[in-house]
Amino acid sequence: MTPLIQAQAATMRFGGVTAVNHVDFTLGEMELRCLIGPNGAGKSTFFKMLTGQLVPSSGAVLFRGRDITGAAPHEIARLGIGIKTQVPNVFNGLTVRENIAIAAARGKSVQQARRITEETLTRARLTGIAQRVVGQLAHGQRQWVEIATVLAQEPELVLLDEPAAGMTHEEVLRTAELIREINRSQALIVVEHDMQFIRMIARRVTVFNQGSILVEDDVEAVLANQAVRDVYLGKQAA
Amino acid sequence: MSLSSGTASFLAMLAIGLALLVGAPMVFDLFALLQVTVFVAMAVLALSQGFIWGYGGIMSFGQSAFFGLGGYTYAVVAMNAGDSTGAVLLAILLPTLFAALLGYFMFYGRISDAYVGVITLTVTIILFSVFNSTAGDAYTIGNAPLGGFNGMPAVPPLNIPGRPDLPLEPEQLWYASMGCLVLVYGLLRGILASRFGRVVVAIRENETRAQLLGYDTRLYKLLVFAIGGGIAGAAGCLFTNWGGFISPTVFSLATSAQVLIYVLVGGLGTLLGPILGAIAIQYLISLLGAQQVINANLVLGVILAAFVLLVPQGVVPVLRDALARLRPPSHPRAKPGNGLPDAAGVEAKP
Repeated sequence: MTPLIQAQAATMRFGGVTAVNHVDFTLGEMELRCLIGPNGAGKSTFFKMLTGQLVPSSGAVLFRGRDITGAAPHEIARLGIGIKTQVPNVFNGLTVRENIAIAAARGKSVQQARRITEETLTRARLTGIAQRVVGQLAHGQRQWVEIATVLAQEPELVLLDEPAAGMTHEEVLRTAELIREINRSQALIVVEHDMQFIRMIARRVTVFNQGSILVEDDVEAVLANQAVRDVYLGKQAA
Repeated sequence: MSLSSGTASFLAMLAIGLALLVGAPMVFDLFALLQVTVFVAMAVLALSQGFIWGYGGIMSFGQSAFFGLGGYTYAVVAMNAGDSTGAVLLAILLPTLFAALLGYFMFYGRISDAYVGVITLTVTIILFSVFNSTAGDAYTIGNAPLGGFNGMPAVPPLNIPGRPDLPLEPEQLWYASMGCLVLVYGLLRGILASRFGRVVVAIRENETRAQLLGYDTRLYKLLVFAIGGGIAGAAGCLFTNWGGFISPTVFSLATSAQVLIYVLVGGLGTLLGPILGAIAIQYLISLLGAQQVINANLVLGVILAAFVLLVPQGVVPVLRDALARLRPPSHPRAKPGNGLPDAAGVEAKP
């Protein structure tokens, strides 16, 4: 079976720095994968390569067997990949509803777009603040608005870069719940630092370190892995 | 809810515009009417700048390039054809296409925002030098000598379409100019209320997010820039008609800077602001021109500096927020003073 998304020896170099080094990565349909690793391990860079924000220096990215290496971000988004970026990218001057409506509108009829907007507001529990201007919301709420815009575009693959950052404990629980719910119909890759959060949602985990994949295994095995503990504690023994 | 209040404010603006269109010739004498006619032509130019900058987020220092191109196109075609109808259409079409071409290189070439400013500024300066050096018989297009620094005098005025023997009287030119302003305002409100317009505003707010949602932001910016070019061209056409004359001064840095001042003073991210800014500043310039005590450019500079420092949002947003504060507190989510331009044509959001 063709994997949903596949990276083949994907490499990203910035001058003399290799941020992502020959990464081979495969995600199946409807899979939920967690990506962990210390700061600077190349997780966000890898996401940018999958979404066309960065063009790989070498290697290839395939979406359902189709080569999308070097495609523009909007072309990749149209194929069905949605991303919540690490630093929230939202329309700060617009209201919550307008943010979601813009995401829902592309390629849809007016009625469809309206229905998706209202459904997404309910699903992300944003109905109460739908008329608020996003720039005035708390960080955690802005994160939810961004997740909601990603959902409103109805992608087949959802990429979430640190979705729980800056959230209260209660918000984190709700985010984990939402991720499990999304996974009933869509595939996800989630980058996260919070180990408790990883435990809540993960089945399979890929560990990045210094631009390469260190381990890829089930969550319990990864969390018990000595090499993973070492890189997280800053001992570069692998 | 916001849509209906947007529609109400639009209809109110339309009514005021039409009342002025009909009423001004009854109130003003001929001299005053001619003056407000040129104010209105500059207001159309201000709308083009206000649209691409305030809503599209495109920092163009060179709207005067399209303004001048529209003016020259009108002059050349009208002198050759006799009838002004084709001249008007070309005066809009040519700047639109020129803006589309320039926009293609800027937006598809992934040039950063700051360089868009530099490039548009440079284009204006280049056009200024080019038209300045068109003196002599070699630079004659058909029957129309471009005239170099002296420009083109005796440009035929607008006529009733198809009837070159019926040129517009000054009063009729007022109707044409004000009608054009109302039309452009209505057109832009319509664009901003459409899905296209909402995406344009979203791109201004966050281009990366718009791309990641699947919108080809280059195309949207190109279209916005081309529409702005066409509107500036129409303004140039009106301006040339007003004086029956055009010279390379239209491409000068002073013209470009004036348009920026209109928009900043009136309010970025509104359509009413640029119109009011243009009329107020033009009126001030005409007052200052009648005296010899202070240099007019000095006063303009002081006004610009004062607004940037003291009222950076411009007059219209400040007044709107003040009105929002005065309203009864039945609108708990009023957002006074956030300084953010409203989305998509909703100028009076509760």
